[in-house]
Amino acid sequence: MIDFGFGLSPSSRVNLDLRDKELFSKLIETESDALKCMACGSCTASCSAGVFEETSLRSALLNLQNGNKEKALNLLSHCMFCGKCTMVCPRGINTRHLILSINKIYQAR
Amino acid sequence: MTTLLNTMYTQITPEGIIDRYPNSYNHFVLPFVIGISFIIVYLLIGLIRILYHLTAEDRKKLLVSIFTPKTAVKNIKDIFCDCLIHTKIWKRKPLLGYMHSAIAFGWFMLIVLGHIEVALFAPRHLDSIADGALYYPIFYRFFIWMSPEHETLRGSLFFFLMDFFLLYVLSGIALAMYKRVRSIALGMRHTTKPSLADRVALYCLWAIFPLRLLAEGFTADLSGGSFLTRPLNWLFKSFFGNELNFLPTWWLYSICLGLFFLAMPFSRYMHILTEPMLILMRNAGLKVRKPRKGFAEAEIYACSSCGLCLDACPMNTQKKNLKYSSVYFIRFLRRHNEKKVKEIAEKCLMCGKCYALCPVGVNSPDIRRALRETSNTKLSYDYAPMDKFSLPVEGDQKADIMYFAGCMSHLTPKIIKSVTTVLESAGKKFIFADREGGICCGRPMLLAGRTEAAKELISKNKKMIMESGCKILLLSCPICYKVFKDDYDLKDIRILHYTQYMNELIEKGELKVTKGSLSMVYHDPCELGRGCGVYEEPRNVLKAIGELKKAEKERDESICCGGSLGSLTLDNKDRGKIAESSIDNLTAENPQSIVTACPLCYRSFREKSPIPVKDFAEVVCENIKSN
Ligand code: SF4
Ligand code: SF4
Ligand code: SF4
Ligand code: SF4
Ligand code: SF4
Repeated sequence: MIDFGFGLSPSSRVNLDLRDKELFSKLIETESDALKCMACGSCTASCSAGVFEETSLRSALLNLQNGNKEKALNLLSHCMFCGKCTMVCPRGINTRHLILSINKIYQAR
Repeated sequence: MTTLLNTMYTQITPEGIIDRYPNSYNHFVLPFVIGISFIIVYLLIGLIRILYHLTAEDRKKLLVSIFTPKTAVKNIKDIFCDCLIHTKIWKRKPLLGYMHSAIAFGWFMLIVLGHIEVALFAPRHLDSIADGALYYPIFYRFFIWMSPEHETLRGSLFFFLMDFFLLYVLSGIALAMYKRVRSIALGMRHTTKPSLADRVALYCLWAIFPLRLLAEGFTADLSGGSFLTRPLNWLFKSFFGNELNFLPTWWLYSICLGLFFLAMPFSRYMHILTEPMLILMRNAGLKVRKPRKGFAEAEIYACSSCGLCLDACPMNTQKKNLKYSSVYFIRFLRRHNEKKVKEIAEKCLMCGKCYALCPVGVNSPDIRRALRETSNTKLSYDYAPMDKFSLPVEGDQKADIMYFAGCMSHLTPKIIKSVTTVLESAGKKFIFADREGGICCGRPMLLAGRTEAAKELISKNKKMIMESGCKILLLSCPICYKVFKDDYDLKDIRILHYTQYMNELIEKGELKVTKGSLSMVYHDPCELGRGCGVYEEPRNVLKAIGELKKAEKERDESICCGGSLGSLTLDNKDRGKIAESSIDNLTAENPQSIVTACPLCYRSFREKSPIPVKDFAEVVCENIKSN
């Protein structure tokens, strides 16, 4: 798709061509829980690393779905593995392992 | 009888002992000689392998410790208590302890006494391998003829001792057989499934001692015997009437011994030989560096597959989780089954109970950590933003006490409120390091095997603490407490968990409490109890403010709440099941409430408990004497 550059605010357009289907299905294979997320944002709100720099599992998951791998990895790179998000997730997702798997699958280029 | 004597090689010693065979050799010793030679070679190669994989620094440590008198004494004591007497099992399960020590100590004494006997009565056979040094002391009774007129007091004492220890071992073997059929009688709910090599070795072990009894029974009239073998000899004589049976029995005895040694390296019984080595290495202060090599290899081969960790593991409230227990973890490590090993390593809660109860002291949680490290430590991270952290400015920066609440306490504000209230009512000034949020202590990262990342968090926190100039670091989370104590190296700063600090305040009279009527049971958090050995302080305080009830299993046998950050893959449902079983264990005496000293336990219990769950600081706070 071509960006004509007329937008005033930064584009929030989703370019699904960029989405790596193969990697994402690999993620779902190891982490079926990834699909359970309802984007409530509890994890983000409670995040210890978020105090210092934007860290969000919720957005990371959305970014992966939208083909924004770099952004997603950035959003998780400050995670300290403290486990607060696991404790608060209303869907009972094992968030720490999910973060670990995202790192493992997407960091391997 | 006369025919036998005719073939005798006549060289009578002053003790009246004659070698019945020229050269003291008979073909039946061959299976034993093959077995024992194989195991000696195998052991030497293994030893060299393990030493080769240690780092140079560790090798030096080991050498120094072996020759330091203090550790040398400890080594001998540990080897005697752990390998022979099995004191650790005795303490918890006396019958099982008897079984293990009967087989180990009894057998050991038979070997030692056998050698002493030969050294006293036929010393020339110990001179060299060619004289039969390898097998002669084992089959001594077969090779000699003792003239009855010459029997001495010294000789009969040995006959008696040998029979006595044989009986002792046999009683242990009988119990072991019984255990196979009904393990619960010896205090074990679950036992391990033996592998093929285990089975071969096991049946040989069972057969060895009864066969020895038979064999020595057959020869008792020739070579002497005591209360066990002599009557047996008389019985055999009256039933079988000839000596035809005795060579085949000695053959069988030798074959069983040989087979046992051949199967040994592939079976659980390798632990008999590896355990002393593990004790030397452990007392030298070595740690697991690689999950399969060096020190870890010594640990892996020292596991006796006794299965005591099966009942210990909190995951085993559900039968499907039995396969994640340490005993199977170690078995798969031995077999190099990478896939299974990885799965098991990630499941474990790292609660440390299997390690605490393991009679050998195999630190399998640490091997798991090392294994996680191999796959996780290379993941990248970015902690540059954490440099923005600064201590909160309000309040008195010059306080001696620094309170570090940690991530988990921030999820349970009640704990933070209680701790600060207690500090204030004791009139203590403090810096609240992470009032506005702080850097994680690094323990969860360490447990996940992301060692590099953890080290960076640790160094950032350490810098902050050292620069603050505080004298006491106070923590309300056992997970933080453990890592600050073990991995931070904070020089002169006292590191205290709030249970210890509040106990101190009360003992010194700086904090006054009243005794209420609430009956409580205290849950030992894994990282605080087994992890750091803090058992007394919280109990002291709770006794001062209420009635303390006992849990069914407590202190180092306490059951994890299931919330542990140690596990990477355990799901919510399984964790819930563990919490339920832990609560059942706690409520055995019907207390009015459960008290714990860990924010994570607090949350895990609160979701499942039928009775109120309180935090330690919370109950202290409720009982502060107002004046
Ligand atoms: S585990 Fe990571 S993402 Fe979750 S709360 Fe802690 S720092 Fe944030
Ligand atoms: S808390 Fe759980 S459900 Fe909510 S956004 Fe985070 S991962 Fe998704
Ligand atoms: S790890 Fe320890 S408790 Fe478990 S089977 Fe091995 S020796 Fe026994
Ligand atoms: S550390 Fe705890 S959870 Fe892990 S295997 Fe041992 S007993 Fe089980
Ligand atoms: S939360 Fe408590 S009981 Fe559970 S693992 Fe941690 S310290 Fe142990």
